[in-house]
Amino acid sequence: MFAKTARGDWLLFAIFTAVVLAAPILFAPIGAGYPDLLQKFAIYGLFAIGFNILFGLTGYLSFGHAAFLGVGSYATVWMFKLLSMNVLPAVVVSVVLAGLFALLIGYVSLRRSGIYFSILTLAFAEMSYKLAYSVLTPITNGETGLQVRNLAKAGVVNFQHGDLRILDRAFGVVEHGVPMSNLFGIKMSGWPGFYFCAAALIIGFFIAMRISRSSFGMMLRAIKSNQNRLNYTGVNTRPYLLAAFVISGMYAGMAGALLAVTDPLAGAERMQWTASGEVVLMTIMGGAGTLLGPVLGASVIKYFENIFSAINENVLHQVFSWLPQGVQDVVVSILSLFVGEGWHLTLGLLFMLIVIFLPGGLMEGLGRIVSLFKRGKAASDAAQNGQEA
Amino acid sequence: MAILEIDNVNKTFGGLRALWEVNLKVEEGAVHAIIGPNGAGKSTLLNCLVGRLAPDTGRVIFAGREVLGHKPHEINQMGIARVFQTPEIFEDLTLLDNVMIPAMAKRDGSFRLNAWRRVAARAELREEAEQILEDVGLAEQRHVVCSALSRGDKRRLEMAMCLIQHPRLLLLDEPTAGMSRADTNATIDLLKKIGERGITKIIIEHDMHVVFSLASRISVLARGTFIAEGKPDEIKGNPKVQEAYLGGAQA
Ligand SMILES: Nc1ncnc2c1ncn2[C@@H]1O[C@H](COP(=O)(O)OP(=O)(O)OP(=O)(O)O)[C@@H](O)[C@H]1O
Ligand SMILES: [Mg+2]
Repeated sequence: MFAKTARGDWLLFAIFTAVVLAAPILFAPIGAGYPDLLQKFAIYGLFAIGFNILFGLTGYLSFGHAAFLGVGSYATVWMFKLLSMNVLPAVVVSVVLAGLFALLIGYVSLRRSGIYFSILTLAFAEMSYKLAYSVLTPITNGETGLQVRNLAKAGVVNFQHGDLRILDRAFGVVEHGVPMSNLFGIKMSGWPGFYFCAAALIIGFFIAMRISRSSFGMMLRAIKSNQNRLNYTGVNTRPYLLAAFVISGMYAGMAGALLAVTDPLAGAERMQWTASGEVVLMTIMGGAGTLLGPVLGASVIKYFENIFSAINENVLHQVFSWLPQGVQDVVVSILSLFVGEGWHLTLGLLFMLIVIFLPGGLMEGLGRIVSLFKRGKAASDAAQNGQEA
Repeated sequence: MAILEIDNVNKTFGGLRALWEVNLKVEEGAVHAIIGPNGAGKSTLLNCLVGRLAPDTGRVIFAGREVLGHKPHEINQMGIARVFQTPEIFEDLTLLDNVMIPAMAKRDGSFRLNAWRRVAARAELREEAEQILEDVGLAEQRHVVCSALSRGDKRRLEMAMCLIQHPRLLLLDEPTAGMSRADTNATIDLLKKIGERGITKIIIEHDMHVVFSLASRISVLARGTFIAEGKPDEIKGNPKVQEAYLGGAQA
């Protein structure tokens, strides 16, 4: 759609930025023009963009990226508790920690490729998840989850007695009621919260675009295409893979941090394998290896999740009230399997349809529409030329 | 002076002696052909040279350095490039990308994190890549994705991928297998042309026309061991070779 020239890239980036910034207006007609949902688009979009740097470019399928999401969230809440409710230190520390964690897991997992790599990442993530519930309870606060508290009277951090927030104390920040995350005083809820996530998404997109067009990006594609050949070409593929793994882990850490920024709470379920699986679905559904696909996939999934999981039997009964009672009951009992808690069933069907009919994801679908349009135009141009001749 | 010295290399697969007390010296600048019947161990020998297989015993000295025990990318960085029996290329990348990647590996070494600058902005790489595609006659297809190429073109591309690295030693495993007569002759011309660049070559080949057009020296491998070595004329007249290989192949 966009030529891979420097100009094409700037155009793509400009359009992307414009769409993200204008999202509150653009998505209002489909009922998505409110901050809670839009910031989910942005956060999971960022998660998927990062995941795509590993999976889309190198073909290495990680099933454990939720671990880095979790690390990001925990680190952010801890920074809120220890340093300040200002989001900047929290976000920086989260990204760095997630990167270090990814370095560790990646170093071990990348000793294998293919399915064995996937299983290793899955095993590490499940271990992290279980540890968060058990041994690491002093850090994670177990099942209750880690939360921000009011300032402690004494100088100890304790889940029961309140937080430290050294920096906020030093600067004499006064807290009223429940502490809110902020960016130098701007509260990170509502629209400012969305725009903070949007800024992160835009920066993340730009970095991913640079990586994709760089020598590094080309090496990653070569790994996906023929790792063997690359080895015999003098390239040590392991450090390239590790770099891609760490970078994508840092994106996940950033996404996790943003989840905690917009809602200062971190729980272990964020690390569960379902969350790892979700980012795989988002990336494939949108189009693995493309720049826009992951964001598109994340937004589509979060949008439909929002709609379908809000529907319950009462709503269905209302919708089908025009049917005779018996038929209505049957229809509602079938459809209710696919809504509310059952939304994942819908997601599964949606995913199957896309993978079967559009193996390149939604981006392939868009590409086809564009080329149809172009061909139509070319045909009509030709027809016109024919008439003129 | 010998640029490559293979000293008493042995390799067994289970009970099968694939290589048995193999010794070989390849002179700098030579075009050294290795011929021999199917299953003689020719590809196995190359696999040992590039680090795909580890021989059971033996030494391989390239330009004064031990090769065995090094990883494939390290061996390539020493200056050994290989064209495989079945083309190994980056199937879903364009021809230009396919030759730019080895050029990059040559310039940047085995690892360099260059994640910000656009590849397209590396003009020197691009020029080099276009030149080599020109040399092998694939310039017009530079923006084509490789999976669309014919088998002969894939071979030629793989040769370009090796040549762009200016290796000191080029290993060619049946470079004309499955090619038409015309393509074979084009490949011979190409190999003669790159002969002028002073690259030492080891060529494995069944096609005697190719062997006798190019080789300055020939070694004959049969059942994992070298049975004869000499100038092309000497090999032609060698009865042992006739028996083990030429006779069978020509019948
Ligand atoms: N990885 C392996 N495992 C087991 N046996 C092998 C392996 N590679 C090769 N062989 C066996 O070793 C012998 C030599 O094989 P090699 O491929 O080196 O022959 P070649 O001389 O290249 O033959 P061709 O002309 O058919 O390519 C054969 O009998 C082959 O079956
Ligand atoms: Mg062979």
